[in-house]
Amino acid sequence: MDDFVSIDNLTPLKEIIAKHKGAPGCAMPILQEAQEVYGYLPIELQKTIAEELGVSLSEIFGIVTFYTQFTLVRKGKYRVGICLGTACYVRGAQNIVDRFCRELNVEVGGTTPDMKFTVDATRCLGACGLAPVMMINEDVYGALTPDMAPDIIAKY
Amino acid sequence: MSNINIKINGQEVSVPAGISILEAAKSINVHIPTLCYLKDVNVIGACRMCLCEVTGQRALVAACVFPCSEGMEIFTNSPKVREARKVTLELILSNHNRECTTCERSGVCELQQTAEDLNVRDIRFPAMQEEKYVIDDVSPSVVRDPSKCILCNRCVSVCKDVQGLGALGATQRGFSKEIAPAFGLPLADSNCINCGQCIINCPVGALKEKDDTEKVWAAIADPNKHVVVHAAPSVRAGLGEAFGLERGSLVSGKLAAALRRLGFDKVFDTNFAADLTIMEEGTELIGRVTEGGKLPMITSCSPGWIKYCEMYYPDLLAHLSSCKSPQEMMGAVLKTHYAESNGIDINDIFVVSVMPCTAKKYEVQRPEMKVKGVQETDVSITVRELARMINEAGIDFNTLPDENFDEYYGDYTGAGTIFGATGGVMEAAARTAVEVITGKEAENIDYEAVRGVEGVKSAAIKAGDLTLNVMVAHGGSNIRTVMDKLRAGELNDYHFIELMACPGGCVNGGGQPIVNAQEKMTHDIRVERAKALYHEDADVLKFRKSHENPSVQKLYKEYLGEPNSHKAHEILHTKYEQKPQIDYKK
Repeated sequence: MDDFVSIDNLTPLKEIIAKHKGAPGCAMPILQEAQEVYGYLPIELQKTIAEELGVSLSEIFGIVTFYTQFTLVRKGKYRVGICLGTACYVRGAQNIVDRFCRELNVEVGGTTPDMKFTVDATRCLGACGLAPVMMINEDVYGALTPDMAPDIIAKY
Repeated sequence: MSNINIKINGQEVSVPAGISILEAAKSINVHIPTLCYLKDVNVIGACRMCLCEVTGQRALVAACVFPCSEGMEIFTNSPKVREARKVTLELILSNHNRECTTCERSGVCELQQTAEDLNVRDIRFPAMQEEKYVIDDVSPSVVRDPSKCILCNRCVSVCKDVQGLGALGATQRGFSKEIAPAFGLPLADSNCINCGQCIINCPVGALKEKDDTEKVWAAIADPNKHVVVHAAPSVRAGLGEAFGLERGSLVSGKLAAALRRLGFDKVFDTNFAADLTIMEEGTELIGRVTEGGKLPMITSCSPGWIKYCEMYYPDLLAHLSSCKSPQEMMGAVLKTHYAESNGIDINDIFVVSVMPCTAKKYEVQRPEMKVKGVQETDVSITVRELARMINEAGIDFNTLPDENFDEYYGDYTGAGTIFGATGGVMEAAARTAVEVITGKEAENIDYEAVRGVEGVKSAAIKAGDLTLNVMVAHGGSNIRTVMDKLRAGELNDYHFIELMACPGGCVNGGGQPIVNAQEKMTHDIRVERAKALYHEDADVLKFRKSHENPSVQKLYKEYLGEPNSHKAHEILHTKYEQKPQIDYKK
């Protein structure tokens, strides 16, 4: 299991909102931090954010669905984000994605039943020199080959 | 503001500094096509239809957002401009569900008109998107068809900025982008108040009312049904436009004639019930003022406003008048007194209302709106639906004779007719309340201070020794302003507040004929339609005060007794409860 806070407990969310409320563009940092704490951004959280900021739910939902970094569904404890940006793609990133999916037995965007890993194909991570590149939470892995997948997974 | 000199297509013109190229061109009748532009509401330069060439500018500029400056040279019709607009329009059309022949917007569609204006005869791009849209027709009022949406954002801006709600928003991005309520909820479960402002500001057929015309035809054709119809005050100020008449034509007589020719058994007028509302609401107000009740009292005619209050101001529901809306009062009276006195079984009488409103469709099916266990109004149709029925029946509206509404429940005063404009209910109430309180005829019954399209209006109305402080607001954002003040305790000196969900009141309701955005640049339809109602009030009708309506007096004598009597309370009054803003647990 992961160590995300349950959405039944809105106290951390209210603290996050209080910290940023009033600053211009405050919805972004609130959503980012909320996702870090809760792991995802379901309607209960978005509704609270909308109410506290005095904006409509559709406005918050618009932001959440615009940026791929936000998720509406629970993700695993470790989020495997494999870059499919141009540089990584031409260096064979699709094979990396396929291998990780096979090793973890999930589809792209899917999460393992034990809620440990989620595999996502991402846009450019900004480290094209390391292509193909991926991140697992905050850890960056570069110059990947498909055969590196089992060892990387074993670290978590 | 100082003027500047610019050149449009070689023509020298002097315009106020800072106005947009679009406005400048409009001032000399040079047409620049627009789709996303909606004056004062949605000025975002998104659709790129208004692209123009400006000397010295590297790229084409969007005329709706580009301000004019001294010496500017603009070309609205160069080969480069024409080609750019055409390509953009073809790209929009390539992903548009082009079922124009069966689209209810056909003929009043801004996209269709723009394609015609730009002489687009071929679409050079294949559709990039598979058909995957789901039509949301759960709401009794508003149907959303994303396959026709061109992402102009007009509904989003109207809902958020004009109505203060934001039920609709942009979701997803790129080809997946869709204008929809949050979390893909149906509008019915969102914070939508059913006002239909999104519909009348949509350039295409992506938003429309739930069509109930078939139910009406079926009832008319049913020999066992006694079908009665009544039309709301503002219908007579809007309907003519659907048949090419000038904006703000008063068509009361043709309206009655058309309804009769459609085959209704009786043709009554909601204005009668508006007069009845004044008797009930005015009496309720006097009671609250003199005997101590919740003040300020707030009108309850607008079903959009009622849902607004239930969702956002549930703590202030006690301020609402207990009166049902005229639509429902009419239904209640027709299904009781009218049915009884004409020997018609309550289950055989079918009541149709013609409303400038889509929220009325929601109101008719509310559980509160029942009399003797049956639904008071069977079907509510918009002005647009009525116009379609008239066309379908082959009635040439413009050559119809002027006829009268049927007597008794079709009799009305000027006070009833002005209900259709913002401030009208207040003025009608004032005309009656002042005379009831003072016991003598008032010298002046024109309350100019509550008329007009200013967002929030206040006035002090003298009634003998008593001064009634009143306030009028229309449009959701203005409603919020007033209600937030009320919640903060800043309106304790006020006695009566009129709130209408739509900007301008019912004359600009979500069920009125479509007026395109270009026309709205130079015409305020709220003002033009309201003028028709004030004209009927001042120049046409014999009586101008609700309490002078002989048929309303008769109804009290024969049936209701006194205003606010036990009987009146039983059939004409109700109360409301808190509703969730977003009903996602359903």
